[in-house]
Amino acid sequence: MRTLLWLIPALPFAGFFVLAVFGARLREKGVAAIGAGSVGVSAVLAILAGISFITSPPPGGSWTQTLWTWIGVDGFRPAIAFYLDALSLVMTLVVTFVGFLIHLYATEFMSDDEGYSRFFAYMNLFVGSMLTLVLADNLLLLYLGWEGVGLCSYLLIGFWYKDPANGSAAMKAFIVTRIGDAAMAVGLFLIFMNLGTLNIQEIMQKASHTWPRGSGLAVAAAALLLGGALGKSAQLPLQTWLPDAMAGPTPVSALIHAATMVTAGVYLIARTNVLFLLAPPVQAAVAIIGAATLLLAGFSALTQRDIKRVLAYSTISQIGYMFLALGVGAWSAAIFHFMTHAFFKALLFLGAGAVILAMEHEHDMFRMGGLRKELPVTFWTFLIGSASLSALPLVTAGFYSKDLILWYSWSSENGSPWLWAAGLAGALLTSIYTFRMVFLTFFGERKKEAGRRPGRVMTIPLVALAVLSVIGGFAELPRTLGNMPVFSEFVNTVLPPVKAAGEAQSAEAAMQVVTSFVSLAGVYVAYLLFLRKRRYVEGLAATRTGRALHRLWFSGWAFDWVYDRALVQPFFWIARINRDDFVDLFYDGIAWYNGFFHGALSLTQSGKVRWYAMGIALGTVIMVGIAVVLL
Amino acid sequence: MILVWLIAIPLTGGLLAWLLDRGDDRLPRWVSLAAIAIDFVLALVLWMQYPEKANVLPGGAWFVEVRSAWIPGLGIGFHLAMDGLSLLLVMLTAFLGIMSVACSWTEIRERVGFFHFNLMWTLAGIMGVFLALDLFLFYFFWELMLVPMYFLIALWGHENRIYAAVKFFIFTQLSGLLMLAAILGLYFAHARETGVYTFDYLELLGTSMDPAKAMALMLGFLVAFLVKLPAFPLHTWLPDAHTEAPTAGSVILAGLLLKTGAYGLLRFAVPLFPQAALDFSPVAMALAVAGILYGAVLAFAQKDLKRLVAYTSVSHMGFVLLGVFAWNELALQGAVIQMVCHGVSTGALFILAGALQERIHSRDLGLMGGLWSAAPRMGAVGMFFGLASLGLPGLGNFIGEFLVLFGAYKVSVVMTVIATTGLVIATAYSLWMVQRVFFGARREEPRPSDLGVREMAMMAFMMAVIVWIGLYPRMVLSTSEGALNTLRQSAGVSAPSERMSHTAMPGANDDGK
Repeated sequence: MRTLLWLIPALPFAGFFVLAVFGARLREKGVAAIGAGSVGVSAVLAILAGISFITSPPPGGSWTQTLWTWIGVDGFRPAIAFYLDALSLVMTLVVTFVGFLIHLYATEFMSDDEGYSRFFAYMNLFVGSMLTLVLADNLLLLYLGWEGVGLCSYLLIGFWYKDPANGSAAMKAFIVTRIGDAAMAVGLFLIFMNLGTLNIQEIMQKASHTWPRGSGLAVAAAALLLGGALGKSAQLPLQTWLPDAMAGPTPVSALIHAATMVTAGVYLIARTNVLFLLAPPVQAAVAIIGAATLLLAGFSALTQRDIKRVLAYSTISQIGYMFLALGVGAWSAAIFHFMTHAFFKALLFLGAGAVILAMEHEHDMFRMGGLRKELPVTFWTFLIGSASLSALPLVTAGFYSKDLILWYSWSSENGSPWLWAAGLAGALLTSIYTFRMVFLTFFGERKKEAGRRPGRVMTIPLVALAVLSVIGGFAELPRTLGNMPVFSEFVNTVLPPVKAAGEAQSAEAAMQVVTSFVSLAGVYVAYLLFLRKRRYVEGLAATRTGRALHRLWFSGWAFDWVYDRALVQPFFWIARINRDDFVDLFYDGIAWYNGFFHGALSLTQSGKVRWYAMGIALGTVIMVGIAVVLL
Repeated sequence: MILVWLIAIPLTGGLLAWLLDRGDDRLPRWVSLAAIAIDFVLALVLWMQYPEKANVLPGGAWFVEVRSAWIPGLGIGFHLAMDGLSLLLVMLTAFLGIMSVACSWTEIRERVGFFHFNLMWTLAGIMGVFLALDLFLFYFFWELMLVPMYFLIALWGHENRIYAAVKFFIFTQLSGLLMLAAILGLYFAHARETGVYTFDYLELLGTSMDPAKAMALMLGFLVAFLVKLPAFPLHTWLPDAHTEAPTAGSVILAGLLLKTGAYGLLRFAVPLFPQAALDFSPVAMALAVAGILYGAVLAFAQKDLKRLVAYTSVSHMGFVLLGVFAWNELALQGAVIQMVCHGVSTGALFILAGALQERIHSRDLGLMGGLWSAAPRMGAVGMFFGLASLGLPGLGNFIGEFLVLFGAYKVSVVMTVIATTGLVIATAYSLWMVQRVFFGARREEPRPSDLGVREMAMMAFMMAVIVWIGLYPRMVLSTSEGALNTLRQSAGVSAPSERMSHTAMPGANDDGK
């Protein structure tokens, strides 16, 4: 299995290549077979690799497979090499398995689209790049995957290219994330310059030996990598691209903008955890950014009308939880939440896709309603996903992962009551906006007849993900509830354990009760406001403050407005006024003066003898004058 | 003798093409294609033999040499030699030569024979520039490539061709004169020191002179090379020339002529005057960074597709300048990769622009849009080279730019950080270009046909080169390695990076003073 590791990312790449070259000549069935098949085989290989990895753990806890030295200049020798350990194994499994389910769903969802083969080509390219990112053994190869997923995100947001709005959303996503990537690139320069390597494991070792905790270089390195993570994972202040990214087809939103790519930042930070441990201020910043993001995005999600935008803000918010976990040093909790989030958020997006398809591409939840009878499977699976997102106690995966994060945001060394309070408030917001979405879409009066129902190929992924959204949480049972931390024991072979302040078990149980209560309360509030007494919320929104807040939240806290005024318009302005290159004025000036003197001198060539005679006479006088003065 | 053949074959091919222009346009095309293809094969053969044949000349990685007297009384020799650096650039010249003949196949319909004569002679001049080791001969070739290029623009160019051709000619001619003066200055300085009058590069290396004089002479060379490169603020001939030239002219200008400037810096300006170059390096690096950003912003602002691509060259060649003056192994290797990849990818973009202009008779971005549905192959290829231009990892341009930045970081953190922001603007202009040309709503006018077999074959080769260098650059790196090390040795150990990395404390605030 070990020697076949390279096949896991290579298969989707091969699928991309075949589809890019021959896709136009293939029929839909053939495209679907190659597109979904390549990822499916990858998933099987990943599962086999996982089994073999767990049953016979390698010495040192990792496999490395080097294909070739990529660049070899003067000690700079990044390789095309893959590195599998517990962390990258979890990521690989989620990416290939969820990826396969979404591909399967898309074979039906995208049918009859004129860009069918192009769609699967891009999706395959995405999976290949994401697996490269996850499995890379050095930061340069990781950066290749990192930019590759960014590219696919751009290509797929702008997939329906005829509408320029989709093109703008796509460009925005790529450019905003590239701002973060530029910071990350500088981080790579700094790391190589000071540690002499880009191999991730060597960096971790050398950094902990050469950089004291809190040293300037460690802080700079961690901060620069964090810049890249903020862009990719849509955290403050680079979160603005993600809601617009919903312009892409819904399977894209599920795969790229919910389950996998946007969590790359979480992976990067977990992967380079030593750097962040060496840079306490940066790690604290990660926690604060996470807490702030989860709150801001939560408020924004409350006010959206477009079902996909609710889910987009919810994704930003949930990744905020993962950042919060990373920031307080609960590394395994962050990865655990990544996994459960991948299950339930992919499920919610796919469910939303089924709803949108049934509503003939209507996204506005206020024009839906009462769909639970007409789309029963979609409804029940969507409900399970929503319960998991809202972390309803005991029976949902989201409960176990979010509960862990909240507990550590209080009890770990870097935790604080403030971070915990932010997380708890976020949990309340989460269940309110989630069930607002459920009630608006599936309950209440029917506003529109459901059209196309999801077929079997779309139903299978919904059910599979619904199952995972329930049982996924049992991989990690807290000590109050069975005490079987299988997941964290596995990933803690790679990640450092949480440094907890040793709170009592009773405290943890008490907190679990609080969080359970809060999430249930959120459901009740949503029920009250959006199903029972709509006039409350309408009255609230009609007040002056209510309107202002609504506008602010709806626009995502006006970040777009500020960036547009502060950055985009000035850039356009500079570009516009200097379109003709002012440097050229200088050369034009030289040319003009040449022409001018040429013209002036040629005036003297008038052909009039009197002028010539006078010129000669004047010249003689001047010359004689000079001679007299000088001699 | 193989080096003489490399130059003589295109010269002869060009003459033949002109003489055989008797009504049938195909003959000159095939003759030129054959001539430049033979050159390419010769270059490939040399490349295959490269490792076994190293070091025919003392003190360097030279592996083929031709030397005979030309005007012995003045110390002028006919001295050609090839090392890994010249080999790569000769291969690039022949490769893009093939492409420029192929892309003119249907575009050029008037005076076909004379067109190919000029094309071949420009290529021969460029080959000569990359091979000459006698400064007089170098200057000769430098001028040889200029005149036929002028005709290519002035006779087969677009609307504003005369203005562009004259501007191009004046810029390069004036800066070339400064170089001639500097060559003569070096010639006499060497004679005063040793009593030997010679233009031979290998003998002139290491000529000692007082710093002020060295600086003045170096600036003479530098102006010629920076105009060609082009570096900010000497770049303004480029957008006009690139835009107005016929497609083959743009390919050669962007792909090859700019590289002669970079080659001149690497081969002559720095090794001949190492101390002066070191003293000047902060200024040169600042100009490089300014060019990276300025070219990128202007590219974004353009409405004419060819002009947009032209300004991206200003930006991309800024990375080459940055790499050359960082002068450590990483940065130099990056500069060389960037030269090769920029030549191929920008050449491809100009070929695409030419193909578009043949079809819709416009370069105006405002008149394009929605072309993907009519011409998906063209769209995909355009997207590919747009991505190469923004430095996507996995493609060759990324290797070039990142190696330059890794190397430059050792010399100046501040410059590197500013240059890195150029990557963001590059994303903006590349995506904007693709968006304006291929995406958006379809226009009403007749749908342009997609790329044909000939065009697709060219694009496939060019894409293959970019991917190959992006994923497996080692064959290119190992070819230029010996040559670059020799250059660094001949410039002495005083090169900036060496001194920096040994004396400066590695640190975030080390901006390489």
